[in-house]
Amino acid sequence: MRAYARLALAGFRRYSTYRQAMLAGMATNVVFGMLRLAVLTAAVSQGPIAGYDLAAASTYTWLGQGLMAFVVLWGDKQLAERIRSGDVVVDLYRPWHLQLALFAEDVGRGAHALAVRFLPPVAFGALFFPFRWPEPAALPAFAVSLVLALTTSFGMRFLLNATTFWLLDNRGLHALYTLSTWLLCGLTVPLAFFPDRARAVLWLTPFPAMLQAPVDVFLSLAPQWTTLAHQAFWAVAVMAAGHLVLHRAVRKVVVQGG
Amino acid sequence: MIEVRDLRREFTLTTKTGRFRREKRAVLAVDAVSFDVAAGEAVGYVGPNGAGKSTTIKVLTGVLAPTSGHVRVSGVDPSRSRRELARRIGVVFGQRSQLWWDLPLRDSFDLLRAIYRVPAPDHARRLRECADLLDLGPFLDTPVRQLSLGQRMRGEITAALLHAPELLVLDEPTIGLDLESKERLREFLADLNTRRGTTLLLTTHDLDDIERLCPRLVVIDRGTVLADGPLEALRAEVAPERVLVVDLEEPVPALAGLPGVTSARSELNGLRHHLVFRRAETTAAALIAAVAARAAVHDISVGEPEIDDVVRRLYARR
Amino acid sequence: MAERVYPRLVAARLRGQASYRASFALLCVVSALSQLVELAVILIVFTRVSALGGFSVDEVILMYALAGVAFGIADMVAGQLDELPTYIRTGTFDVLLLRPLSTLAQVMTSDLHLRKVGRTVASAAALVYALAHNDIAWSPLTAPLVVVAPLSGAVIFSAVWVISCAVCFWLVDGQELANSVTYGSGAFTSYPATVYGPWLRRFFAFVVPGAFVAYYPALALLGRPDPLGGHALLGWASPLVAAVTAVVAGLVWRFAVRHYRGTGS
Repeated sequence: MRAYARLALAGFRRYSTYRQAMLAGMATNVVFGMLRLAVLTAAVSQGPIAGYDLAAASTYTWLGQGLMAFVVLWGDKQLAERIRSGDVVVDLYRPWHLQLALFAEDVGRGAHALAVRFLPPVAFGALFFPFRWPEPAALPAFAVSLVLALTTSFGMRFLLNATTFWLLDNRGLHALYTLSTWLLCGLTVPLAFFPDRARAVLWLTPFPAMLQAPVDVFLSLAPQWTTLAHQAFWAVAVMAAGHLVLHRAVRKVVVQGG
Repeated sequence: MIEVRDLRREFTLTTKTGRFRREKRAVLAVDAVSFDVAAGEAVGYVGPNGAGKSTTIKVLTGVLAPTSGHVRVSGVDPSRSRRELARRIGVVFGQRSQLWWDLPLRDSFDLLRAIYRVPAPDHARRLRECADLLDLGPFLDTPVRQLSLGQRMRGEITAALLHAPELLVLDEPTIGLDLESKERLREFLADLNTRRGTTLLLTTHDLDDIERLCPRLVVIDRGTVLADGPLEALRAEVAPERVLVVDLEEPVPALAGLPGVTSARSELNGLRHHLVFRRAETTAAALIAAVAARAAVHDISVGEPEIDDVVRRLYARR
Repeated sequence: MAERVYPRLVAARLRGQASYRASFALLCVVSALSQLVELAVILIVFTRVSALGGFSVDEVILMYALAGVAFGIADMVAGQLDELPTYIRTGTFDVLLLRPLSTLAQVMTSDLHLRKVGRTVASAAALVYALAHNDIAWSPLTAPLVVVAPLSGAVIFSAVWVISCAVCFWLVDGQELANSVTYGSGAFTSYPATVYGPWLRRFFAFVVPGAFVAYYPALALLGRPDPLGGHALLGWASPLVAAVTAVVAGLVWRFAVRHYRGTGS
């Protein structure tokens, strides 16, 4: 257990060095946040849509910009690269559970990202744009929601990377994933704007859990408990799936000799 | 061919002092360096890491502009006439490749032919010659990324010569190569210089490169020229001694009276002998033969002459 | 023979990529889909409103499509500039300086990701749809705009790409900043300029002459007066604006390389 805590700390430290990158990342967040917000503003200028008025739309945009990096919405490739190069064999024979180890590291990274990639754009939005502050009661729920979003996202990313065990070149799949999360997690446009049937289908998938769910909790746009339950379900489900997949992968590696 | 007068190149380094403040510091990588290289010469440009070798090379090839000073290569100012100069010189970097990574070696040569506008018959002829001399045949169709370092270096040198440059500049060309590859490369370059008259400027750490190729060397350390002259003179002056360590099959109490040995020491009860000898008086090969005539030799090693050592001694004399 | 050098360099890259053919089709489709995501957003928003910035859904799609074709082409032509920080850091840029060729042209032709054509094709399809479903003021003057505007737009975007990536010669972490200008321009021009607030508009429509990529040409094609009060002829100004931005880009690049080499600055 201690080892995992250490890994988390290492994950935190590893990303601390990128201070300049943080400022640069801020620039991107500000620009794209403003661009997206403009479109939404134009949309709700004629009246609130699906419960989003100007303040809500603005808050949604800045939360989205902040959450993007926090949950690494676009997916990462490190594990995939280690699998492709064969280095993963070293990881698999260590006396740990690879998925949990990587998760611990991601938690460390996430904690750092919270301070460095999430807070700045949200603070920027709160200072310069209309902002809807959450009710105090919603804050603990929001914290839980953040953790669940991170977990779900990690689980999905782990599965995505793990496909490399079978499809050595998963670049296409990776690109498809990035594309999907962009639209289906509620980053580009609130999921509430989607036509009813599409929305219903989307909420049967893990995608909303990664971004729209925490936003919903923050803005109190949906009953908190249903949103959190949705996230919790998917967090557990993807992590379990990852565990099974890893088990299969290890068997495959052992049988095939890497 | 090359004229350098009072070359200075300054870099500004910003270092963080404290949390938010930065300090700008001017570092003089090259400080009042002057030397000339006549057409047809082969000159070694040596010095330890950080001496300013690479910076000088970058200035000579037009990659960097001097902060001050006069530089002419092949009659043009490199910083002003970069492209024109590029057509007249060839450059080989030991650590950076000029070839196309994913493509067969042959394709890189083809692209360079187009880039340097080399007439097809000339290109074919030169390629054939280089391929013969450097034995490129077996791997001409192999992607560059799959080549060994030795093979790649032979490819790089060929690439640099396809447009028949008057001057060939090499930055650490033998670094990381095994002895056989080094020797082959040196032989090729020596031939290039003596038979075809291509001017060579070679930066290196390896004194043996100089020994084989460059009758003259320029020694640079911390941005200034420490010595400029024939190799023999410097060698005799500064690095006259080497150490031959011999492991014998059976212990011999002392190996005395060997020609050229200035001092001898034995350890492991006579199983291993350290023989210090002067290069001017004997060679390692001759000494080994002399030892072998006396006793059965199990293993040998020769203390490699370190350029850092030479330079340190040179600098100590200043 | 010099004119054939750059096409040869590009062809060489394509050959190098030949070994990855398997993924190509999939990546091409993904590229097309990534362009269509923005279209999906437009359609979704328009299920809730009937006008955005004073324009109907088909009119917005027209602008989106014009911008998309322009950006897709620019991405293929100038997209390699995103690798500039890597080239500088690994010393590859120095190798480019050793060759008797323009450094800018070498960077741009250093690779070609053919899969990006997916974006252009998807945008072109959207353009066909938009031309069919809008009340276009067809005339011998407006018809050429369908081709001229995206091509000029591609030149404008490419020039912007060059200028913003040139920042990397000064700032070590300039890449993100450069991205926000290049990809930001792409996003900006997909919607009518009327949608944006004054600050964004001033920068992305006029400093970066994004308005000339899709907005003004679309107004000209639709035969609509500009709600922002722009002159009617601006729709045809794109080629001129493209030429000017190209010249500026060349100058900025030269200045940047001179800074890198330490000459004259």
